[in-house]
Amino acid sequence: MAKKDYSNVISKIDEIAKKIYDDFENTEIPFLTLPTRTKSNIEFDEKLSVWKYGKNTTSRTANNLDGAYMLLRTMYMAEFIKEMIKINKSSTLREMYYISEGWDLAKFHSQQESNLLAEDLEVITSCMREDFKLRPEEDGARVIGNVVIEEMTRNKTKKKIHCQDDVGDAGYSIPYNVEPEKITIKGVDADFIIAIETGGMFDRLVENGFDKSNRAVLVHLKGQPARSTRRFIKRLNEKTNLPVLIFTDCDPWSFRIFASVAFGAIKTAHISEYLATPSSQYLGVTPSDIENYDLPTDKLSKEDINALKSELSDPRFQDSFWKGEIKLQLKIGKKSEQQALAKYGLDYVTDTYLPEKLTEMGILKK
Amino acid sequence: MHNSPNMEGGILTKITAHDLAKKQKEISVAEFFERNKHILGFGNQTRALITSIKEGVDNALDACEEANILPEIFVSIKNNEDSECKLIVEDNGPGIIKKQIPHIFGRLLYGSRFHAIRQSRGQQGIGISAVVLYGQLTTGKHARIISKVDEDRPAMVTELVIDTNKNRAEVIGKDTQHWDKPTGTRVEISIIADYKRGKKYVYDYIQSTSIVNPHARIIYKEHDGTEHIFERTTDTLPRTSIEIKPHPYGVELGTLIKMAKHTKARQLNSFLKTEFSSMGDRTTNAVLDKAKLEKNLNPKQITREQFLALHSAFKKVKIMSPSTDCLSPIGETLIKRSLKHETQEISPEFIITSSRPSSVYSGNPFQIEVGLVYGGNLPKESQVKILRFANRVPLLYQQGGCVITSAISSIDWRRYGLDQPSGKGIPSGPAIFLTHISSTLIPFTSESKEAVADIDEIENEIKLAFRECARKVQQHINKKVRRTKTREKFDLITRILPEIAKKSSNMLNKPVPTLDPIITKIMDVVWIEDLIEYEKIKREPIQTTLIEDSSEEKSGGYITKSKILIVNYKQKTQKFNLYAIIPEDAIVGEVTPKPSKITHNYIKWNLGNIDPANKIDITFELAGLEKDDLDENDLYVENINPSFVIGADKWEGD
Repeated sequence: MAKKDYSNVISKIDEIAKKIYDDFENTEIPFLTLPTRTKSNIEFDEKLSVWKYGKNTTSRTANNLDGAYMLLRTMYMAEFIKEMIKINKSSTLREMYYISEGWDLAKFHSQQESNLLAEDLEVITSCMREDFKLRPEEDGARVIGNVVIEEMTRNKTKKKIHCQDDVGDAGYSIPYNVEPEKITIKGVDADFIIAIETGGMFDRLVENGFDKSNRAVLVHLKGQPARSTRRFIKRLNEKTNLPVLIFTDCDPWSFRIFASVAFGAIKTAHISEYLATPSSQYLGVTPSDIENYDLPTDKLSKEDINALKSELSDPRFQDSFWKGEIKLQLKIGKKSEQQALAKYGLDYVTDTYLPEKLTEMGILKK
Repeated sequence: MHNSPNMEGGILTKITAHDLAKKQKEISVAEFFERNKHILGFGNQTRALITSIKEGVDNALDACEEANILPEIFVSIKNNEDSECKLIVEDNGPGIIKKQIPHIFGRLLYGSRFHAIRQSRGQQGIGISAVVLYGQLTTGKHARIISKVDEDRPAMVTELVIDTNKNRAEVIGKDTQHWDKPTGTRVEISIIADYKRGKKYVYDYIQSTSIVNPHARIIYKEHDGTEHIFERTTDTLPRTSIEIKPHPYGVELGTLIKMAKHTKARQLNSFLKTEFSSMGDRTTNAVLDKAKLEKNLNPKQITREQFLALHSAFKKVKIMSPSTDCLSPIGETLIKRSLKHETQEISPEFIITSSRPSSVYSGNPFQIEVGLVYGGNLPKESQVKILRFANRVPLLYQQGGCVITSAISSIDWRRYGLDQPSGKGIPSGPAIFLTHISSTLIPFTSESKEAVADIDEIENEIKLAFRECARKVQQHINKKVRRTKTREKFDLITRILPEIAKKSSNMLNKPVPTLDPIITKIMDVVWIEDLIEYEKIKREPIQTTLIEDSSEEKSGGYITKSKILIVNYKQKTQKFNLYAIIPEDAIVGEVTPKPSKITHNYIKWNLGNIDPANKIDITFELAGLEKDDLDENDLYVENINPSFVIGADKWEGD
């Protein structure tokens, strides 16, 4: 784990400054171009098997007020990143937002704005947030399973951790940085990886010993998964080739959790190849499960219905499985939660539901 | 002479109070009054209060103006027990000579010459004597009049009642007393009135009066001692209205007969030429031809049939319109200033006025002026407030039956941003609409004189005036929006762009690049900015008041200094003409650079060869305006694509 070389990052950032400077010199109105980061501009990359930004671009030009503010903020943020690299510090996205308070005209009005600009910078420079010494507020989620990790601790010593024997019932906590300079996967002895949306279901599987009884690696997604969680799953999958199964609630928001793990998220499509695990499969709960297992339900809200309709036009959901399931859910007008399976008892999920689904998907042999 | 509280104008309407009075000659004026009090404005105790104050104030204003004195009017109401109110109206007018006092205050419907035609308040009401009578009938108390006509002599105090059988004043007491005023009149009358309900209307009436009489200072003291002072906003008296002769188109048969009876002319043709306006030789002959009458007929011996023929012949001949310079409109600048003054607390977004050229209906000259106050603290949900005025007198009642209201209601205000279901009716929104009609004869719907009749010509002129006003509002808003947008851009250029340049050069350790060419490229307009300052001057303002007594407070007016900055942010050299509109009443002082033309309503510059990123400064001074009369200059451009220009509109010609 060698010390990271940032010279490439610095030259990439300087390129932005140079583009603007040259525009001034050539009496051009300064502008920057970047891919449009919306649903309408993501395309499937055959080579990488993930969804990436397409050819549509947006330009930020000093010709209008919004564009000019964006350019000024970009310059401030670029300068700030260079400074952090120089003094070997890092900051959270939230800290950067507060630091921008001192940026006078360039200050952000919300953290949303500064987060988006940090992503813009990734897109423009093809660097990762980690290269900019920026980290997210939240850490990754938890892992339990027969996996051995070697982590570089803050004391600069390497520590081996067995994700069943060396951890408590809460599991191993995934750090925000899961790159090789921080962690190495030493060994995995399992048959599949199951990523779970809610903490309650994760704990149910842990309590019922599902990791041991079914040789599974359990990963808690904690809602919409953090980058490091997705990156961790990706690395685990690359290292072991184990199938990755996504187990979530049954509503449009949960489908998007699956999409971001499997295909890449719209917001981070520029780094989909780092984050997405294209071989991931959706385990459930599916709208068909609602009917097949006669699960307790809630009515779809207006927002739910709009989200489902929007997914029908989302290029990531165009295969026949998803089209069928989404249309079915719109038809029955209902949604359900993972934990609704408790209707049939606490062990139902581990004794019946999961074995049935896994067999159906060909993961478990009869 | 003091104005007479007669019914000069009213004489021309079909059934006048005059006629009514005549028919009732045998009965006492008291009985006449009692029978007709609803149409005379004394129908209930609230109206009686307002009518009384109105008669007093109208009289006072007319008195001052006729003597070329800036009016200073004091109104006070004391509300004693049993709803008895003591009204006091005091003015600084010329006073009334002793002999005239009993006639003016003690005779109902007393008039001087009956066919004097001029714009006056007099035609608005029944007269101050009616208030004396009302007071006498309701409280039994007599009126007290103090009048001083000469600075060096004491004031005359007269107490009188009206002998209701003879319709004559009965003077109860005469006295003299010392009075500080150089000249003036003070009237004290006790009446029964509903002070509690009426006092708000009295306030409204006085405030409205103050708006259309910006040259008057009015102090109103309520019963509890609260004083409202309505300061004057101009020291210039209104143009004196000129008496004109009746126009044949407007004359009623009855009036024609009366005029013929009283004329000094011996022959019909000279009667027509001397007693009517617009009657030259040719027109007179044409009329006589049509009427088949001899020109040498004695006017005093004309038969009824002959009068009928003459009267209908008037309508068959094309007769020139009467001259309209007999009117005394308020003027846009003064309306605006008054409205601004009276709406200070509302802090409106803008006040826009519009004034029509004078026009004629059935031989009577009239002129329409309108004003529109918008925004500020005005209620957004309720109907707009309509202020109606006729010859500088507020109309407080019968809004629904007035041509002003129907004209406003027939305009579709929705396109101007006001709410108006189905595009008809009184619109809703944060606005006040003011309309002032000046005319030698206001065609009231009835004797109570609270609503103007539905005359096509008048309705049309009101509509045209409001449409023009609305257009100006639209222009004003558009200009504001464009300016705001461009100002944002300007902001960007002056603040953000240099920062971007500095940051990028810092990061690369390079010198900061020059920005001028980029600024020009981003702006891509000709920017015109306009700043107005007021400088107080010690010397007399160039246009002074009509009267010579300039007291200390009046000395020193303001010079309005306009600075116009023009920057060419286009990438090409620009050459165009700029026009600045001069408001009425303003006089142009120093102008730099040298204009190519100055007329009475604009200054024009030929601006040649302004290179990209270059600036031109224009300054000009105006005298004759008060502070804050001008919020922004009306600027127009010519010989340049107006869409390139921010801060000026397209010049549409003189």
